[in-house]
Amino acid sequence: MTDQAAASPAPMITMQGVNKWFGSFQVLTDINLLVRTGEKIVLCGPSGSGKSTLIRCINHLEPYQGGQIVVDGTRLIEDAGVIDAIRREVGMVFQQFNLFPHLTVLENCVLAPMRSRGVSRAEADATARRLLDRVKILNQADKFPAQLSGGQQQRVAIARALCMEPKVMLFDEPTSALDPEMVKEVLDTMVGLAEDGMTMICVTHEMGFARQVADRVIFMASGVIVEEAAPQDFFGNPRHERTRKFLGEILPRH
Amino acid sequence: MNYKFDFGPVIEGLPDLLWGCLGTLGLALAGMVLALVIGIGGVVLRDSPYRGLRWLVIGFVELIRNTPFLVQIYFIFFALPLAGIRLDPTPTAIIALGVNGGAYAIEIIRGGVQSIGKGQIEAGLALGLHKGQVFRLVVLKPALRAIFPSLTSQFILLTLTTSIASAISAYELTSVAQNIENNTFRSFEVYGVVTLLYLAMSWLMMRMFAQVTARHFSYPVK
Amino acid sequence: MNGSEFLFLLTGLKWTLFLSAIGFVCGAASGLGIALARTSGIRPLEQATAGYIALFQGTPLLMQLFVVYYGLALVGLKLDAWLSVAIGFTLHASAFLGEIWRGSIEAVPKGQTEAAKALSLGYVSRMRDVILPQALRISLPATIGFLVQLIKGTSLAAIVGFTELARAGTIISNQIFKPLLVFGVVGVLYFLICWPLSLYGARLERRLAAASH
Repeated sequence: MTDQAAASPAPMITMQGVNKWFGSFQVLTDINLLVRTGEKIVLCGPSGSGKSTLIRCINHLEPYQGGQIVVDGTRLIEDAGVIDAIRREVGMVFQQFNLFPHLTVLENCVLAPMRSRGVSRAEADATARRLLDRVKILNQADKFPAQLSGGQQQRVAIARALCMEPKVMLFDEPTSALDPEMVKEVLDTMVGLAEDGMTMICVTHEMGFARQVADRVIFMASGVIVEEAAPQDFFGNPRHERTRKFLGEILPRH
Repeated sequence: MNYKFDFGPVIEGLPDLLWGCLGTLGLALAGMVLALVIGIGGVVLRDSPYRGLRWLVIGFVELIRNTPFLVQIYFIFFALPLAGIRLDPTPTAIIALGVNGGAYAIEIIRGGVQSIGKGQIEAGLALGLHKGQVFRLVVLKPALRAIFPSLTSQFILLTLTTSIASAISAYELTSVAQNIENNTFRSFEVYGVVTLLYLAMSWLMMRMFAQVTARHFSYPVK
Repeated sequence: MNGSEFLFLLTGLKWTLFLSAIGFVCGAASGLGIALARTSGIRPLEQATAGYIALFQGTPLLMQLFVVYYGLALVGLKLDAWLSVAIGFTLHASAFLGEIWRGSIEAVPKGQTEAAKALSLGYVSRMRDVILPQALRISLPATIGFLVQLIKGTSLAAIVGFTELARAGTIISNQIFKPLLVFGVVGVLYFLICWPLSLYGARLERRLAAASH
């Protein structure tokens, strides 16, 4: 067993005893989570369970009040330099895409590499085109976000995040705002990313995706991690009553 | 109708009228700059943590927007000397225009800042841009685009409002017209031509602003 | 300022309200015609009304009053000052209200017109029963906003020599040499008329925005 422990990859994200309050309301309670390099985590739970808040703490879109978060060996503290450094390593994809409407697809992609990493225009351009090609949207590079469908916009948002060459990708309900016929193109893109070995944390209710790519599925409720298991155990043999109830509501009945 | 039109005095006075146009545009521009300063300052105070300051700004905006400019300019005209500030009518008019335009600018600018979704700022931060960059590269242009139409039509409105500054004899087109009218009694001809001059000015401004919009703010939005 | 001087201001206020009411009511009646012409689909009519609106929106209200005032005298109409000023405000209001209502007529979804046509409603019924009631609701905040502008605008009748509130203020101020007090009071009187209207307009606007989400 020691062999295996030695062989297991280095931790990418560790959360230890993380607590967070909105005013007097506690949204995260004593969160402990270890994500190793190359792992794919799917985070699910009812709305208001704190799953989005959890991943938003990792790149400090939300401050947290207790415990500690370490990203790729850097401890996340209240320091602008540290926060910037972590955000350069952590990509995020939002439910509402959040593409910048005044910039073309290509400009959306090269903005951060040039301004934040100091990459040259030519290099940023080449990277952006390569990644836009990978999400199969290179032919729309010169269009503005509003000219694209929701699914196309979300694929651009994924490419934009990848352009920073992040070590981890966070997905915050990436398919929830999409029309049903566009969900698949985005999920396919995410599966491709997972197969290439990206470390990923995905907040999603797409349980087919979880079965296919997740190393672990985590179920949250009321700001607490209730259950954490490999997909086959999670779906086949959920231990907690709340998990069973949630799965009963979310999975198609046979 | 046996009135004989006589545009002679107007043609003779045309150079003066054109200078008056410049006076009007200068007055409007200076007033607008002051209005923007008051507008930006007002937005900052309007969202400050001090309740007293917030209410002061709200009170200022409501007071200015619900009283006539003529009364405001008279009030300022008489109030400044009592406060020990002696100014010519033209600078006095600029202050009145700035104060008036400022109240509207506060509302416009505030609306623009609020129109930028929180998600835009978060996306910028998540990409590793810092706050200043997020403001400059992500927020500024859409915010400007959002307020540009209202701000420029406010500018044109302010330009038309300058004619009321003739009530305190500031140097602008309407005062010049009144002088010519007093000396020639060709009231209709003078005011008719001056009306067209105003029309030309507001039309030119509109064209200019439309070009700026086309050049800088023409990206599509849903 | 003694009682009779204040009473004089109130007489001025009465004329301000009267002038505003005439301008608004007559302006609304002709403004509706302009809005309908502007959206009629008949090109010459649309262009003529568009030009009319642009003329009034692109020139100072003061010049409009001057031109109407001297223009009416010139065609031989010897009118009282208040009548020619009232005509001036009516024309001014018709252009602005015409533009506001054009906007709200066009803001009613196309499907409404199509549905009305599919139900074989004629133009009059389509407008009266389907489009205008909805357009009126949409336009209400802007219409009230314009009413406030109009009330404030009537102060310019003072420059033409008509004794409404602002001119009453100038007269009293010249008598008692307390311009700040007098114009302060005049300002408060305008504020007391305009502010409730503004608040009401803002409330309607919020309600409308909430309903459309």
